[in-house]
Amino acid sequence: MTAAIEIHGADKRFGTVHALKSVDLTVEAGDFFALLGPNGAGKTTLINLLAGLSVPDAGTLKVMGFDVVRDYQKARRNLGVVPQELVFDPFFTVRETLEIQSGYFGLKNNDDWIDDILDNLQLADKAHANMRTLSGGMKRRVLIAQALVHRPPVIVLDEPTAGVDVELRQSLWKFIQRLNREGHTILLTTHYLEEAEALCRRVAILKQGQIVAHDTTQNLLRSRDLSRLEDVFVAIMQDGGLEAES
Amino acid sequence: MRGFLTLFFKEVLRFWKVSLQTVLAPLISTLLYLLVFSHVMADHADVYPGVSYAAFLIPGLAMMSMLQNAFANSSSSLVQSKVTGNLVFVLLTPLSHWEFYWAYVLASVVRGVLVGSVVLLTAWFFFAIPAREPLWIVVFALLATILSGSLGVLAGIWAEKFDQMAAWQNFIVLPLTFLSGAFYSIHSLPSFWNTLSRFNPFFYVIDGFRYGFLGSSDVSPWESLLIVGSACLALSWTTLALLRSGWRLRT
Ligand SMILES: Nc1ncnc2c1ncn2[C@@H]1O[C@H](COP(=O)(O)OP(=O)(O)OP(=O)(O)O)[C@@H](O)[C@H]1O
Ligand SMILES: [Mg+2]
Repeated sequence: MTAAIEIHGADKRFGTVHALKSVDLTVEAGDFFALLGPNGAGKTTLINLLAGLSVPDAGTLKVMGFDVVRDYQKARRNLGVVPQELVFDPFFTVRETLEIQSGYFGLKNNDDWIDDILDNLQLADKAHANMRTLSGGMKRRVLIAQALVHRPPVIVLDEPTAGVDVELRQSLWKFIQRLNREGHTILLTTHYLEEAEALCRRVAILKQGQIVAHDTTQNLLRSRDLSRLEDVFVAIMQDGGLEAES
Repeated sequence: MRGFLTLFFKEVLRFWKVSLQTVLAPLISTLLYLLVFSHVMADHADVYPGVSYAAFLIPGLAMMSMLQNAFANSSSSLVQSKVTGNLVFVLLTPLSHWEFYWAYVLASVVRGVLVGSVVLLTAWFFFAIPAREPLWIVVFALLATILSGSLGVLAGIWAEKFDQMAAWQNFIVLPLTFLSGAFYSIHSLPSFWNTLSRFNPFFYVIDGFRYGFLGSSDVSPWESLLIVGSACLALSWTTLALLRSGWRLRT
């Protein structure tokens, strides 16, 4: 079976900043995967390479077996990305935003699925509100909805719960777990490590552009004889943690 | 095809939702030019024999507003999307560089032609202007807005901030459109300026467009067609190549 995400030797520099140092990473189809790391570790940079928002200096990246540069159209059809930055188009309503995004992917008659997403993200009553009038958390929900509109097999969420209230966080994770059960592969970044621990089967930790740990959540906890992922994370940050690599 | 159409309609909707600024405002400023210039210049000798100054001026003014609005549409949309960050929604999709390019350019064409038509229709109320060769009018309206819309895409890719865009407007588009013979025949210019005007593609756009109305012009419409067509091709090719490479869009 082809891996959902396959990254070999991904390297990226911004001027003097070496943001990614020859990163290798594989995420199996159907997995629920956490990409962790401190601020500036390179998580968003890696996601941007995967999404084609940024071009690697070296290395290859594949989504469901499709090279993100050579086969970019197929790769992007298979990928839904929730960007970290809270961006929106102030000219349109929530529903228009989703219909437009759907259209970009060449979809028509997508209304049922759009309704389903709106319901699950508790956006139904905001469907006709202009994007400008939404609160920060609401805008974040629309961002998530936009990433799901073409039912991508691989869903990447870059800090989807930043600034989202408790209630929505729970219903959001329920929805994402449902998508995972239905076969979607999930990759997420978050700074709430208890979330990652509760949800994700596998974890990779980036530190200064390098993967310093990559294992199942269970193995990571066991290898350090610790009960919380947060403590494992802190320990790895202190010693580099290369021995924890699988 | 559907992806391209969505982006195109979105771009049209974007300016249509603020048509007060994007259609009405340019109409009013153009009509003010017309009012002032046609009045001040009414007693001057005719530019072409038997053609009133108003009839000479109106096609030029209409074309000038078409060029400026076509440029403004693609360039301001792109810069706005870059500054606010919502261009990612387009960049994340499977849209090809061709679809991206034509969606922005054709939305510029729609806005340019719309503004030009409204200007012409309004002017027709007050002045008698002939339309001797309608086909040339259509051809030059389309080529002009494609040319200017492409230039807007190029500027929008390049610019990272609003003030960089303003520099394009003020130092490139405005001088090129004003010094293009919208207000005068280049035969009336001193020879240095006359020669310089001939390197300005917007001069041929206006001259050819005016030929469609008056049946007379400074140079042959076929020569203008050749030059404007070549400029369109060169600019499209350059812009498409930049889009394909991801220059300044996919860092
Ligand atoms: N466009 C850019 N230009 C210059 N430097 C950049 C750019 N994008 C990222 N960087 C740098 O690359 C490094 C990795 O940044 P990145 O955004 O990938 O980190 P991150 O792991 O997502 O952090 P956070 O948890 O804060 O979101 C940082 O040092 C950052 O300053
Ligand atoms: Mg980040």
